Amino acid sequence: MNWDIIFGVSIESLINATMIAYALAAIGLNVHFGYTGLLNFGQSAFLGVAAYGLAMTVSTFGLPFWTGILVGLAGAVVLALLLGIPTLRLRADYLAIVTIAAAEIVRLLFRSVSLSEWTGGSDGLQRFSDDFFTMNPYSSALEIGIVSFDERELWVMTVGWLLIAISLLIVFLSMRSPWGRVIKAIREDEDAVRSLGKNVVSYKMQSLILGGVLGSLGGFIFALSRAAVQPDTYGTEFTFYMYTIVILGGAARVFGPVVGSMIFWFLLAFINALLPSLISEGYIPSWFMDANQAGAVGFILVGLGLVLLLIFRPQGIFGDKKEVMLDGR
Amino acid sequence: MRRAVIIFTAVLGFLFASLGLGATSALAEGETLQGTLINAGQPVTGVVIKVADEGGTPAGEATSGADGKWSVAVSGPGTYKVDLDTATLPQGVVVTTGRSSLTLPVFEGAARNVLFPLGPAAGAPGAPDPDEGGTSNLSRVLDLVYTGIHFGLIIALAALGLSLIFGTMGLTNFAHGELVTFGALAAFLLNVTVGLPLELAAVLAVVLGGAFGYFQDRFFWGWLRNRRTGLIGMMIISIGAALILRYTYLFFFRGDTRQFAQYVAQPGIDLGPISVAPKNLLMDAIAIVVLVVVSLALIKTRLGKATRAVSTNPALAAASGISVDSVIRLVWTIGGALAALSGVMLAVFQGINYQMGFQILLLVFAAVTLGGLGTAFGALLGSMVVGLATQLSTLWIPTELKNVGALAVLIVIILIRPQGILGRRERIG
Repeated sequence: MNWDIIFGVSIESLINATMIAYALAAIGLNVHFGYTGLLNFGQSAFLGVAAYGLAMTVSTFGLPFWTGILVGLAGAVVLALLLGIPTLRLRADYLAIVTIAAAEIVRLLFRSVSLSEWTGGSDGLQRFSDDFFTMNPYSSALEIGIVSFDERELWVMTVGWLLIAISLLIVFLSMRSPWGRVIKAIREDEDAVRSLGKNVVSYKMQSLILGGVLGSLGGFIFALSRAAVQPDTYGTEFTFYMYTIVILGGAARVFGPVVGSMIFWFLLAFINALLPSLISEGYIPSWFMDANQAGAVGFILVGLGLVLLLIFRPQGIFGDKKEVMLDGR
Repeated sequence: MRRAVIIFTAVLGFLFASLGLGATSALAEGETLQGTLINAGQPVTGVVIKVADEGGTPAGEATSGADGKWSVAVSGPGTYKVDLDTATLPQGVVVTTGRSSLTLPVFEGAARNVLFPLGPAAGAPGAPDPDEGGTSNLSRVLDLVYTGIHFGLIIALAALGLSLIFGTMGLTNFAHGELVTFGALAAFLLNVTVGLPLELAAVLAVVLGGAFGYFQDRFFWGWLRNRRTGLIGMMIISIGAALILRYTYLFFFRGDTRQFAQYVAQPGIDLGPISVAPKNLLMDAIAIVVLVVVSLALIKTRLGKATRAVSTNPALAAASGISVDSVIRLVWTIGGALAALSGVMLAVFQGINYQMGFQILLLVFAAVTLGGLGTAFGALLGSMVVGLATQLSTLWIPTELKNVGALAVLIVIILIRPQGILGRRERIG
């Protein structure tokens, strides 16, 4: 058993780029689900549109990196408008079905052969991150004990944590503003807010756009850290992971998604590193589980965690039970 | 009550474990490479397949039989090169991917399925060409209409259960797709591993599916209802439950797509301009009978009336002496059985895979929403619309995007008629 590697990988997952991408996505989802009470099951589409916006602009059309970022952000805003206009007037479960359908449409379009000239089909796109990494100020890898990051990872992580800080500041400030109070009131009682003369649909739309744009930052980090985009990573499981993260950390809490993402990825990375090594060392007999099956165990545990959290502690670690919107209307 | 759930989970886990072990030990007879050659729904016979090991030494050779099947037993796990001798293919038929030689790993004790997708050569007679003359275009449309109805019936079986569950307990059940997969896997286990004939396996799978639905409600959803879990909470719990079930299936069944032991490639019989395999017609008949019986039961019987009463107003139904809990349990049992039947049909239609139910779940949602959430007959109508829309849309858009068409229809309908085709006009926003 190589405990150094197992613990090293797990500790790296507390702060690495994947965790940052999920944290940013979950911060956006927290604006939707935690603060506004919108059941958006298509958050993966926001990340996908942002990542592909960047990758296609740079890799397919050869335009500069910053244009790609702008296209990605604009894509997220447009997607929010497209999703919101038909559904924000409807009940929560309709929104859930439409957003999950829209996310699947986006994924199927990205991976379709007929559009592969631009999107690269199921292989996705590469070579769009060179401009980003030429800005890299780090020149050597960092190694502290059992944890190590190379210079590219360090650069992505620096930018990522900066984006997390900015996003948290935006969420914190906006949610204690009058705008945020209206948003939270919509979650509690939409009709009461409407009776006060507020345009509920417009507020929900603003929340959808804000959360979508924050989530799209996660899409940039996700794509840049891998230097590639691949359509099937933006499937519905991506969104379900984000929900687990938001609920684990505590919905409607500013730091909830970040803490949730850290705990989630620490545990998942630990399990995903531990099981294969237990199998290869013979502690788990091969008739019971082989290395291929170990991957499925991670997903089963995520599902189990989500179920147990919602049954026994729906407010997560930091949340307030009164602030978690779990009752249908 | 908590203890009951833990025991139930343990029993279920043990059940899955023992079933899964049965499956692997039955396959552990030896490593083989196998496949079925099908062109346009018909088995292709007499095609020579050669297998060589990594070093290029021939390891075996097979010729596809009357059912299009071939298999080559190899001496052990390793990487093998599989060559399809294109000269032995019937005239005008080619491997559509253009790759008639594949290099694949074979794992210990596993039968590895090798897929050579066959299709008409471009420009050869029989190639689907949109610019062709009127008759073949008509038969293509009719063919798609039939496939659309067949697919619509599969969706309808799953959608009816989903719609009834939504109607009676208000739960948007994201784990319904896993009930569909459960039916297919149970039938596969009984048919391939145990060796029962498929007809019997299918009946038993439907019974097991009903039992699965019953126990799910008895020990899990009913318990959550008693705890007064909110509806949105339950919806997210159903997502977690779907993840658990789907990856438990993956754990035991692995990621391959497999086929039943019988009726994989059945030659079609001519019905006017289209050719349909009898297995599909038989299944259509069964599906229609089942759907009609369930619908009639909903209208005519006392229990059906009680179910509709609970759908309309649970509190009032309880006040007039209807046991809401047992109605919901009945609905889960019926829903589970219908989903299992749908799974068996889908498995015959496209093979068995651990995520087959999840893949049609969105189409089932589309069907239910189209018809109007919670209305049983709306679900049937919606399913037909979705089935025909997915198939007929391939006339204009690439086949790989057919689900996009159906989902887009869903969004458009929600935009213009949010209560669905048959939904009651009520406030849903």
